[in-house]
Amino acid sequence: MVIEKTAMAGTLESSDAQVTVSPADTLEIVIESSVINQYGRQIKQTVVETLGRLGVESGLVSVVDKGALDCTLKARVECAVFRSCDASMENIPWGGVIQ
Amino acid sequence: MINAVGRDIPDYLLVDGKEVYQGRFAKDGQVMKRDAPTCVMNEKPVADKLCASIREACEKCGAHDGMTISFHHAFRNGDYTASMVCKVLVEEMGIKDLRVAATSLGDAHNLLADYIEQGIIVQVQASGVRGRIGDAISHGKLKEPAIIRSHGGRPRAMMAGELHIDIAFLAAASSDKVGNASGNGGKNNCGSMGYAMPDSRYADKVVVITDTLAPFPNVPASIKCEDVDCVVVVDEIGDPKRIGTKEARVTQDPRDLMMAERAADIIAATPWFVDGFSYQTGAGGPSLAVTRFLEERMDAKEIKMGVAFGGITGNMCDLQDRGYVRKIVDTQDFDTKAIAHLHDCPDHVEMTVSDYANPASKGAYVNYLDYMILAALEVDTKFNVNVITGSDGVVRGAPGGHPDTAAGSKCCIIVTPLVRGRMPTICKDVTTVTTPGECIDVVVTDYGTAVNPARRDIIDCLDAAGIPHVSIEYLQEKAYSIVGEPDPLKWEDKVVAIVEARDGTILDVIRQIKPYTFD
Amino acid sequence: MAGKIHRPRPNKDRLRRTMMFMNAQRPGLIKDAYIYGCDSIMLDLEDAVAVNQKDAARFSLYHALTTVDYGDTEVIVRINGTDTEYWREDVRVCVAGGADGIRIPKCESAEQVKEVEAAVEEAEREFGVEVGWTLLMAALESPLGIMNAYEICTASDRMLGCAISGGDFRTSMRVQIEPDGIEINTARSMMLLAARAAGVQCLDTMYPNLDDEEGFRREVDLIVRMGFDGKSLINPKQIAYVHERLAPTPKQIAHSEKIVRSCREQADAGVGVYVVDGKMVDPPFFREAERIIELAKKCGVYHGDL
Repeated sequence: MVIEKTAMAGTLESSDAQVTVSPADTLEIVIESSVINQYGRQIKQTVVETLGRLGVESGLVSVVDKGALDCTLKARVECAVFRSCDASMENIPWGGVIQ
Repeated sequence: MINAVGRDIPDYLLVDGKEVYQGRFAKDGQVMKRDAPTCVMNEKPVADKLCASIREACEKCGAHDGMTISFHHAFRNGDYTASMVCKVLVEEMGIKDLRVAATSLGDAHNLLADYIEQGIIVQVQASGVRGRIGDAISHGKLKEPAIIRSHGGRPRAMMAGELHIDIAFLAAASSDKVGNASGNGGKNNCGSMGYAMPDSRYADKVVVITDTLAPFPNVPASIKCEDVDCVVVVDEIGDPKRIGTKEARVTQDPRDLMMAERAADIIAATPWFVDGFSYQTGAGGPSLAVTRFLEERMDAKEIKMGVAFGGITGNMCDLQDRGYVRKIVDTQDFDTKAIAHLHDCPDHVEMTVSDYANPASKGAYVNYLDYMILAALEVDTKFNVNVITGSDGVVRGAPGGHPDTAAGSKCCIIVTPLVRGRMPTICKDVTTVTTPGECIDVVVTDYGTAVNPARRDIIDCLDAAGIPHVSIEYLQEKAYSIVGEPDPLKWEDKVVAIVEARDGTILDVIRQIKPYTFD
Repeated sequence: MAGKIHRPRPNKDRLRRTMMFMNAQRPGLIKDAYIYGCDSIMLDLEDAVAVNQKDAARFSLYHALTTVDYGDTEVIVRINGTDTEYWREDVRVCVAGGADGIRIPKCESAEQVKEVEAAVEEAEREFGVEVGWTLLMAALESPLGIMNAYEICTASDRMLGCAISGGDFRTSMRVQIEPDGIEINTARSMMLLAARAAGVQCLDTMYPNLDDEEGFRREVDLIVRMGFDGKSLINPKQIAYVHERLAPTPKQIAHSEKIVRSCREQADAGVGVYVVDGKMVDPPFFREAERIIELAKKCGVYHGDL
């Protein structure tokens, strides 16, 4: 997928993450987390893998994590990317690139 | 050297008779000679001990570079006095190399964090360190490692001469002109002065700071005139409304309530739940909630609580007013209701923190405690508890009475959620050992209860009552299955804080945390 | 899919004493709602989720359904109404994620059920889920829904039951909640009759005033006596009382045990109708006694050997 415009998903509540994506020439991932010392590596891995499944090759992806579990991180990244393409409302490939 | 909880203590710290932790009762029976303060004789009749300013009192008491000063934390986040005094010492008098040995430090003391960063405060000894001071310590800003002691360990250190206080600055709600001081009777009351009382007896110089000058004699007094050198009257010593912070709130969270009810079931299933039982809870949400579930269980068995002690909340006072608690013996008050209750009710009395928890005594209250309910930041599969360092390795908590009550009580129950956000509470190894696992008997979580295998008697009680339990390893694995296994924290070599066991041996050390980088 | 949670086959007749509503959009809530011990959790895509977060809630829901091990707790999803633009994608995500059932809100006709059923079947085929796996239930929220309760309950083999939704129902009847429940008494009764006639479960509405413990207990007592199978809840602290009230009493259990035992003995001896404790017993009594023993077992209060 190609990030076409700036889009956001998620909140700054505890156990959630707020993900913002915007168009860019290269792929840049910025992660801020309340649990970065113990989970920074795993958060980054989840974000990178999720973007990989979605086929996102460029864009600025900013994650402000408040202790979200992997399943929440994935959901927020996916939603932000689909929103950036105006494709978040229907015919989502559940079980395809979303897994 | 590896100590009895498996922590590697650097040899360079093991000097001047300092030893590593050897087990919870290793020093039982050891003979000690108590230290005593220096006292200047006062034979002549004088009008009073009033000083016009904090500076004048500091000068009279011989304030000097490198001295050790102390404060108490009965006003918790509402304390004005520690910052006020330090500001005078540093900014008016230019004192350097200060050592601050407060009973606890927190968000009210950000000014002290500035002085730590500026190198003016060179050491901190306390039973708790929160807020920016914790950050400053963890990032290696102190010249010497901080020493963190339990509530009982602190008076022990004073009596052993390991902590010698040059000047104690003790905020008091009311005082007369000669230093008979109390936590009540003023415009800003804190209630019990249990933390301040040992300092008044073991510091060389004692300055009472009050905002309410009471007629002589201000009795009954917690701090007595025979121990006081100077009295200073200021505008405000603290804000009692800010004593009760979120740490001492009563929860409505269904998860907390579920765990609290389970803990109450466990209490009711064990043999010490008889008329006259003694009981204490920590100030965490789920811990406080246990008390409310005890009521119906006391009704069912037609028994009453003999004594509640330690830090007291309005809820406990309510319970006493309704006839469920014979005596409340109080080291600190967590809210304004408890403060007023201490003043008004004859069966609610003050006690010193030494009387409460000091192992270097002829038997403190904690030794007679039946049930202790506590919270934890982390519990590991050896049942070791951490209540000091956060998941980022930064000092942000207080052992308080945790190690003392856990060691002394017959049944010590930790109540904690299995995970907090993405933090696993039940883990393989706690970041810092603040209470040894051998003192912890039961861990209640929202995913199940684990009993320390050493407490076969408690396991049998739970089985007989049909209360399900699981192994601590099961809980740890469950936690990791939810949040993932945490990566180990990355530390520098530098030791920034020493965690002393209550008997004065070294339980653990905290090192400087490395800034996180993605590799 | 790798690592996907395997859920037990949905069972239309399972125990559903308590069905707890959870906002599907709140990660902290849905990760482990099962720990409180309710029989079913109801992940809500409808009223709890703001219109501009319907998409985000589906992504959260999909990953919760496929990663969180809810164990024996049933997972039902309340989709958006069939009069909205959201419900078809809701159905897709529920089926793809492997939800046990779907709650159809504001249900008023058999056609509505059939429309959802068709969408569910299409999604089951799309995502390789066994056709018929996903159960349905109907929320009756209007007088018309109540009037059509029987045709709704019999509209699909997937129907596990129906539930009245008190808030909307009271609004459409222009009444307020009353302490004795008089304002929805007729609706409850009609729905019960329809559900029993259709052979499906019947579930009561949630009690809205969380702090009124006495009012909640009064309502639970009422619906237990009326014969409801369970109740919707909005807070875990309400679970214990419903479970306590819906469990057979020791007296009921003892009596049922006696009937079942003696009936087996009599049947061996070839007797049809006979007397237990001075009362005539025939096959319907026997079936009810067996049902009570079964219920007691499911509720964890039966310790006998039948």
